[in-house]
Order: sequence, then C-alpha cells, then structure tokens
Amino acid sequence: MSLLSMEKVTGGYGEADILHDVTLRVEAGEIVVIVGPNGAGKSTAMKAIFGLLKLRSGQIRFDGQDITNWKPDRVVRRGICFVPQTDNVFPTLTVQENLEMGAFVRNDDIRPAMERVFELFPPLREKRRQAAGTLSGGQRQMVAMGRALMLDPKLLLLDEPTAGLSPIFIDQIFQIVKQVNATGIGILMVEQNAKQALAIANRGYVMAQGANRHEGTGQELLADREVAEMFLGG
Amino acid sequence: MDILQLLIYGIVLGGVIALGAIGVSLTFGILGFANFSHGDLMSTGAYIALIFFTTLAWPLWIALPIAMIATAALALAIDRSLYRWFRTRQPVILLISSFGVALILRSLVQMIWGPDTITYQTGIQMPYRVAGLRIRPDQITILLCTIFLVLAVHLFLQRTKMGKAMRAMADNPNLARLSGIDTERVVLWTWVLGGGLAGAAGVFLGLDTRLHPEMGWTLLLPIFAAAILSGIGKPYGAIVGGLVIGIVQEMSTLVIAAAYKPAIAFAILVVMLIVRPTGLFSGRSTV
Amino acid sequence: MELAGLLTYGIFFLTLVGIYGLLALGLNVQWGYAGMLNIGVAAFFTVGAYTSAIITTAESSGHLGGFGLPFPVGLASAMALSGILALGVGLITLRLRSDYLAIASIGIAEIVRLTLKNEGWLTGGVRGMAGIPRPLAGLIPGYDATLYLLLVLAFVAAVYWANERAWRSPWGRVLRAIRENEAAARAMGKNSLLFRLQAFVLGAVVMGLAGALYAHFVRFISPEAFNPLFATFLIWVMLIAGGSGNNRGALLGAFVIWIVWSATEIFVTRLPEDLVTRAGALRVLLIGILLQVILLARPQGILPERPPRPERHE
Ligand SMILES: Nc1ncnc2c1ncn2[C@@H]1O[C@H](COP(=O)(O)OP(=O)(O)OP(=O)(O)O)[C@@H](O)[C@H]1O
Ligand SMILES: [Mg+2]
Repeated sequence: MSLLSMEKVTGGYGEADILHDVTLRVEAGEIVVIVGPNGAGKSTAMKAIFGLLKLRSGQIRFDGQDITNWKPDRVVRRGICFVPQTDNVFPTLTVQENLEMGAFVRNDDIRPAMERVFELFPPLREKRRQAAGTLSGGQRQMVAMGRALMLDPKLLLLDEPTAGLSPIFIDQIFQIVKQVNATGIGILMVEQNAKQALAIANRGYVMAQGANRHEGTGQELLADREVAEMFLGG
Repeated sequence: MDILQLLIYGIVLGGVIALGAIGVSLTFGILGFANFSHGDLMSTGAYIALIFFTTLAWPLWIALPIAMIATAALALAIDRSLYRWFRTRQPVILLISSFGVALILRSLVQMIWGPDTITYQTGIQMPYRVAGLRIRPDQITILLCTIFLVLAVHLFLQRTKMGKAMRAMADNPNLARLSGIDTERVVLWTWVLGGGLAGAAGVFLGLDTRLHPEMGWTLLLPIFAAAILSGIGKPYGAIVGGLVIGIVQEMSTLVIAAAYKPAIAFAILVVMLIVRPTGLFSGRSTV
Repeated sequence: MELAGLLTYGIFFLTLVGIYGLLALGLNVQWGYAGMLNIGVAAFFTVGAYTSAIITTAESSGHLGGFGLPFPVGLASAMALSGILALGVGLITLRLRSDYLAIASIGIAEIVRLTLKNEGWLTGGVRGMAGIPRPLAGLIPGYDATLYLLLVLAFVAAVYWANERAWRSPWGRVLRAIRENEAAARAMGKNSLLFRLQAFVLGAVVMGLAGALYAHFVRFISPEAFNPLFATFLIWVMLIAGGSGNNRGALLGAFVIWIVWSATEIFVTRLPEDLVTRAGALRVLLIGILLQVILLARPQGILPERPPRPERHE
C-alpha cells in the first residue's frame, strides 16, 4: 500500500478544470519529483492533495485512508505538511514563532522538534528572534521547511523549494531534502531544477497541461531523450 | 489654550482611539475587511456600562469588565449570525453588512436610551492641578486603564499561542490555514479581543466626554485614520497611530475651529493614502 | 383619502422615487459596474443640492446666494462640482484596495456634513436654505408638481439609457473585468485605472444631479435631509435589494425600498404616544435588518445582474 496515492484526479479552482485524470503515488520513504513546464498544474496537483481545490472526480488516499476533499487542518493532523511555492513564511513573526505556528495542532512539548529543526538548519538558531521577513531568500526557505517539519509529518510536500536561490543554497536545500528523507519522511517535490532533483529522486513524474505525461525512476527520466529535450533543457 | 494642556487631552483621546484602532486593525488583518460597525460597537459598550455604572451605581472596576465582556459577546453574536455567512464571499460584502450593523446598533442604542446626551455621573469633578495643568481624575483613570489594557494585549499577542496565531493569520491567512491553525477559533478570539477593547474604548470615551448615540460613529474616522497611519492589519502600530491622531486632533484647535476636529483625522488619512498607504510601519499590501 | 389627495401624494411619491432612482443609478455605475465602494453617497448628493440652491436662489442674508441664475445653470454646476469632488477622492484612492475608498468616502461625507453645519455664511447652517425656485412653475397653472415629476422622469430615462449603453460598451466590459479581479486589473496599467476613475466621477455626477433635482423639488433644504442614513444607507439598500449591476434593478430597488421606508413611517406613527420619539430609530433598525436579510437570502437582488446580450452582427 502506497503512502500517498492520487487516482485520476480531475478538478480546478472554479468552473474550468485544471487537472485532468492526474495519477501519482508516493511510497513510504521515497523522494518523488514532479517536473513540467510552467503552468502545467504541478502546484495545483499539490493543492489538490491539501484540500485546497474542489475535486470533481478521482480519489486521494493517504496511509490507508481516503482524504479526498478533506480540509487542510485535517490533512495536517493526519501527517502531511506542505511548503507552498510563494509566501511560505509569516513575515512579521520571528523565526521561532514561525516554527511554533507549524506545530499549532500539537499540544505537547515542541522543544525537541524545534531542536531538530535547528540542527537541520543551523543558521536559523542564531536568527530565531529575528522577523522571518527580514531574512534572505535561502534562509526564508529554511524557515518554511522548518515550519513544515515541526509536526514530524509522514509526508512533506515541497513546491519548488529552490526557486530563485543561488547555486550554493540550491545544493544545500537538496542536501537537506535528502537528510529529511533519511529520517523516513516521504517527500513529494515539484522542481524546476529537474536534473538535480531527478538525480536524488526515487521516481519522477512529468506533467504537462494538467495531465500525466511520463513517469519512471529518476534515472529513467534523466536518460529519456524525449523528456530531456522537453523539460531538461537538452 | 496651553499646548501642554492640549497634549494631555490629546493623549487621553489618543488612548481611546488606539483601543478602537487595535480592534479595527485586527479585524482587517484577520478577516480582511474594514469594519464600519466598530465605532457603534464602542457606543454600545459605553451604554451597557451606563446600566451598571450609573443606574446600579456599581464601581467602575466592575462596570468596565462587564461592559467589555458584553461588548465582546455582542461582537461575537454579530459574527455568528451575519459575518460568518459572508466570509466565503467577497470581503466587500462584509464591509457593506458592517455598515448596516452600525446603523442597527445605533438605532438600538437610541431606542433603549433615547437620542439625548447622557453623562455617567452627575456632579462635576474637580480637576487636579499640576504645574498649572489640569487633569481630571477620570482622565487619569482612563490613562491608567488604557496602559493596562494595551500591555495586556501586548502580552496576549506576544506570549500566548492564540495571540501568535492571530498575528500569523494577519500576516498570511493562507499559510495559517496550511499550517493547521484553527482559523475559526482565531476569528472567534479576534472578535472577543476587538469587541472587548471597543467596549472599553466606549466607556472611556463616555467618561472623558459624554454619551450620545453617535459618539462611536463620530470616532470611526479617526480610528480608521489611526489604523491606516500605522499600516492597517498591524495592532502595534495602531497604538502609535491612535496617539498621533489624538494629539494632532487636540492640537489642531489652536489653529482651526474645534468643530472641524474630525476633519483633521481625515486630512492625515488623505496624506497617508497619498504618501505611504502601507502605513508608517509598512509591510502589508494595500492592493 | 380623496382621489385628488391620493393623486397629489402619488406625484410626490414618484418624484422622490425618481430622485432616489437617480442616486441608485449613479451608485450602480460606481459599485455595480466598477466595484467601487462609495460609502459617502451623501457627500455628492449634498454638494449637488446646495450648489444648485446657491446658484439659483435670490439674495438672502442667511447664506451665500443672490446669483439668481437659471435652473439649468444650477443643475450643470451641481453636476460639475460633485464630479470634481469625486475626481479628488478617486485620484487619492485609485490604486488602493476598495476598503480604502470606502474609508476615504466616509471622510469626504463627514467633511461635507461638518461644513454644512458650521459654515452658516455658505449654507445657512442648521437653519437651512429656503426659497429655492422650482422650474417650470406656473407654466400650466395647477400642474407644477406634475410637470416637475415629468422633468425628473425624463432625467431618469436619460440616465438609464446612458447607463445601459455604457454597460454594453467596451468601457463597461473593462470595468466588469476590473471589478472581478482588482489586483490583476491594477497590474493592467493606466488605462484600466482611468476607466475606474471615470466610472466613479460619472456616478458622482449623477448623484449631484439627483441632489440638485431634490433641492428644487423640496425648495427648502437643511442638514437633516442629508444625514448618512437617508442619503447613503437607503441608496445602498435600494441598489442591493434591486440588484446591483442591473439598472432596472436599481430603479426597482428605489421604488420598492421607498415604499417600505414610507410604510415603516405609517407603521411607527401608529405606535403609542411615548414611543413615537424613538420611532425614527425603529425605522432605521428595520431597514438595517432588511439589508442583512437581503444579503443573506438574496445577495444578487430582485433582478440579478446579467451579462449584456452579445451584439448582433448584421
Ligand atoms: N488560484 C488560482 N485560481 C485560478 N487559476 C489558477 C490559480 N492558480 C493557478 N491557476 C491556473 O492553473 C494552471 C496551472 O497552474 P499551476 O500553478 O498549478 O502551474 P505550475 O505547474 O505550478 O506552474 P509553475 O511552474 O509556474 O509554478 C495555470 O493555467 C494557472 O493559470
Ligand atoms: Mg507552481
């Protein structure tokens, strides 16, 4: 049984459907990458998992349970955390408060979780009293990921975590993704840096125009001529 | 009149405006609409206190909390019966509804307590004189209570989980939802806090001047001005904004007719909208 | 009531409905078409009424006046001044969220109200202005009111026609697009902002017209008649009840709500003696509740907005 499975999901934000029969799955402990051109519906697919769209058909199952059209806070409690593509921190809250908000649904001691986040992202420890809005792009992305990790999720959704970052930061983020994954957390990630992402991925999906186009292991997709030409910049 | 004397009056008025502006700022930040009924919520609070403070002659320290709780409950009841249903629609519908609620509250006050001016206490208070300046005991009470309330709000927003969640939701409502924050509960607390402070502001306004069904509505413009001055959606700025508006309004009587005091708030507002619509402590988007 | 009395009342009633209808049509351009929140309708209504009154009245010690100019000049000045006022407010708030316009517009309304009360040399203060001439008076003896009603209805028809044309024009289409997505429209640039500004000013011009027609109808104006309740809130209830975005809805709303408003008056005058002093508040309360009920139960109004019929190609 897969950790997460999306079966023939169709839906959108309003009248028009954006996703058409999108199917994908994440097995426990896997890193799965979605690549595809701008506007392909990658972010929309993630939002669908998180209950932010009204789906017209299809089913989303997580850990043996049907979570189709669940509200976001229920999805969070169930063990999926989401780092959106943009606006993914609370700018006027301090770093530490951002992390606390990530653990809002928890009522137990959150200090160990915060400690783990600080170990994963050492720069955040020094900046923990600083407003998140004043941080650099890379550090903000760390806050965003840290916030999502505060609940010890079973599955982490990352929407373009490296967008707009400098190469050093990009490498760092990929390292961290691998580290997080090593602790047993499944990862579903949308990435523009397709080569690097597919290199660390167990499996990947190529989406275009709101539908599945290709799928395979990371290596297969990297090796595929057509995929390389279409999405990996040759 | 002496500038320092006006400064004192300005600070007292500014405190009242600030208490109102914190509530407006919170509702704007969290629910995304300018609440036009906030001023009349203040009036209602002032009149509720009248029952306990004047009719029953209970001390202020009992009447004030009762008025605050009652006003908070009223704000919550309005939200549950009306605003809640409009939240999924455009925020402007909320604004229009709140404009109607303002009139409903005002007419209720007028029906129950009549259209005339009322004071809390009969008799005249002798002002204290310090270094040639006059300050009434009521005004000292207002100042101390305002400082206490502002500190309490500060601690609530800084230290409690719910307070942080409120700031988080004002910052980024979508991310708040994605983080699993119980947004309905945040909304509930927003009304409790905003309503309670509005009740207090109303009582203080009544103490400082007199009660009148339009007392809150007249103060709405200065309150909005204070909230915008500070960057709407930011409760802390609202405190500074309230003081600035209050002081400038009082000082303005040195140069223009007192009748135009409310126009000063508008003038500041217009300048702000032109120069720096995001507020002095900018951050939130105005578009 | 006598038939003649009924007729007189009917003419009086319809004239006011016509004037309120104009206000609703003006607001419909601002809110229905362009999504601009004007909570200060009273400001433009007042400016229109007082401008025309000052321009056309004879010399009086009570207020500015003595120009004694003809009615059309008064009307034109009223419209122009309201428009200029709207231009000012619009320019300040054009780039901001609609909430800011709402706040700025009550600010303007407040200042207009303060001026009205405190600048006696200009407006007669709380004593008001009397002796405002009614045009067409004496043209057909005994039919002054009827003629004036026809004049008002002619203006209503003209504005209705213009509104309908605007709704179908590319101008109207752009406005609707802006209304649907403020943020995106703002990014669209200068042109779309200009369209919005035009909508706001045009709506205000119509409100100014309504103000002038009101002044010449009642012939005596004082701040009482221009409080935010009559001059702003009722218009909003009319437009929302009738159906914002729909010009027929705006007129129907003016008609229906004016009936309701008048009916509440009849209702409250039947109340026991000691309650009558508070009756005014009760009427407001009822209208306030009515608005909430409409918003909850039928937010699109009696006649919902409809996209214009596609133009026929010959
Ligand atoms: N909130 C929204 N409301 C309506 N339509 C939207 C919304 N967000 C995205 N869309 C539309 O959905 C389609 C897919 O967008 P989506 O953001 O999912 O693409 P994406 O693959 O994530 O692209 P990118 O690489 O640019 O992030 C686009 O046509 C977009 O215009
Ligand atoms: Mg995307």
